[in-house]
Amino acid sequence: MSENVVLTGRGLVGGVAEGEALVTREAISGWGGVEPRKGRVIESRHELVGQSFAGKVLVFRGAKGSSGWSGMFHMSRLMGSAPAAMVFTTMNTKIALGVVVTHVPAITDLDGDPFQLIHTGDWVRVDADRGELTITRQGGDAAETARHRGLARGSMMDSDAAAQGRALAEELDP
Amino acid sequence: MRLADDERAMLDGEQGEAVAAAMDLLVRYGEVLGAERLVDTDNVCGANLFGSRHSLVCGSPSPDGAFSEHSLDAPRELPIPPVKAQSYQLIGPMDTKHWQVQGLPQAEHDEIMASEQYNAEHGIHLLNTCTPYQVGNVPLKGEHCAWMESSAVVYVNSVLGARTNVEGRESTGAAMLTGKIPYWGLHLDENRRGSHLVEVTTPVVSNRDWGLLGYWIGEQVPEEAIPVVDGISGTPDLVRLKHFGAAAASSGGVEMYHVPGITAEARTRAEALAGRTPVEHLRYGPAQRSEAYEHLNATASDTSVDLVMIGCPHATLGQIRDVVRLLEGRRVHADTELWVFTPRALRHVAEQNGYARALEDAGALLMSDTCPAIGQFLPKGTRVIATDSAKQVHYLPAIMNVQGWFGTLAECVDAAVTGTWRGEQP
Repeated sequence: MSENVVLTGRGLVGGVAEGEALVTREAISGWGGVEPRKGRVIESRHELVGQSFAGKVLVFRGAKGSSGWSGMFHMSRLMGSAPAAMVFTTMNTKIALGVVVTHVPAITDLDGDPFQLIHTGDWVRVDADRGELTITRQGGDAAETARHRGLARGSMMDSDAAAQGRALAEELDP
Repeated sequence: MRLADDERAMLDGEQGEAVAAAMDLLVRYGEVLGAERLVDTDNVCGANLFGSRHSLVCGSPSPDGAFSEHSLDAPRELPIPPVKAQSYQLIGPMDTKHWQVQGLPQAEHDEIMASEQYNAEHGIHLLNTCTPYQVGNVPLKGEHCAWMESSAVVYVNSVLGARTNVEGRESTGAAMLTGKIPYWGLHLDENRRGSHLVEVTTPVVSNRDWGLLGYWIGEQVPEEAIPVVDGISGTPDLVRLKHFGAAAASSGGVEMYHVPGITAEARTRAEALAGRTPVEHLRYGPAQRSEAYEHLNATASDTSVDLVMIGCPHATLGQIRDVVRLLEGRRVHADTELWVFTPRALRHVAEQNGYARALEDAGALLMSDTCPAIGQFLPKGTRVIATDSAKQVHYLPAIMNVQGWFGTLAECVDAAVTGTWRGEQP
């Protein structure tokens, strides 16, 4: 068993999707900052450099840099490497147009700090129709909480899931 | 979002399916922004030149198909009518004269030329530059525009006082067909006031100084900030502010700034801040300048230079002339290339002035319409580039997996002539 945390916010592009979270407090550059074929971050000094957001729930500050932001995420959709969903904190025109043309569920203005509450590897479900985000913690705090509740078996399952998640992440990263 | 009668009619298909799809995109986009309405615009700069990169992924070689997908996010291929607003093509993937130098195959060249012809037939002006404000599109103070190209957006907002957000390909495509754009962000008075005060305590004079300052500010302030740059003595020029804005819009997301006494909406520091207390007070001195310099040169270690790139954003005639003068009596090294990029219109002038010939005689090349980062091309085997542009050195190493040196124009020309980077930290 695992611990669920539910946040509410403003759903921007409708739909429901879930996946493993990829979290950065930094903004992401689209054109010149991501490579759309594999959905990898390529900005030289970005903390996610080399990592792919394909199929993940991308949790990030927002969009920066070139006006080619939407075009690059649009391209990642056409190439099958778009994120499963997008969660961000700072609105601007680049991110607004970007989420519109990426056609994946997107949410902002959450009632909790996503960078405090969501960690890379957590399982996140974004229901943008209802403006709801559900975090299922893997290992870490959740496992600790589970042990306190005497659910040792549950915490072991969490660890297995986390290990599986890491294996999946390695497969996606070239 | 509240729609006016003419906007509702467009959405309902009164002007055809493509205009309806364009209006639908603007409504979806405006609602995500939280815009209350749209605003009329008759000045749109977008990027609709498509080659195989674009046609392959949407499974359609037809120009209508590419425009429908990439420029409108339409659900299927639609017949595209002539554009309604005054519309301009920005920088694109190919130099129509030196495309073979780029290593483009004939078929790719033909596809891009067909796309250019398609744009022309639809009434999109072929400026083919990241600096439309150099070659015939100089918006007025207060004019509502819909521009892509972050370096051009920050220039026209700040220096000229025109009003545009950083738009994208799909929103400018839709604006071209409808003459509308969401009334949000920098279109509104209250969002154009300074928010962060940057006190400059070290001289900022040369192009390099302005590039370093811009890069540092972009790294320091959040994307939504409007920095007020105080403490500048003397008057910069177009080239310096072009480099400054491009740098700040690359390391960060600066879309507008004020330089009291210089830029359009800031006669004084008080006017720039409009009576508000800045949310943050930053100081830029020699230590901060060094930090920016180190960040810009972070990818470089080999001093043997394969390509020197000048003209990001596209070079002015003055910059081209400066390169010609620095090359006088010298020749570009046999193992190094020196490429200078400028708008198509300015290349014609440079040819008439003899600059293009002088560059070629010295072993350099004047190119137009594109740049190595946009077109994704380099001389074969390039491992190390050098440039006087903070923006180009920010992007090119990431996009093309090369090392990049940043320095002055003189240091760059010296590297082209000697084949060796000898730039020094200011």
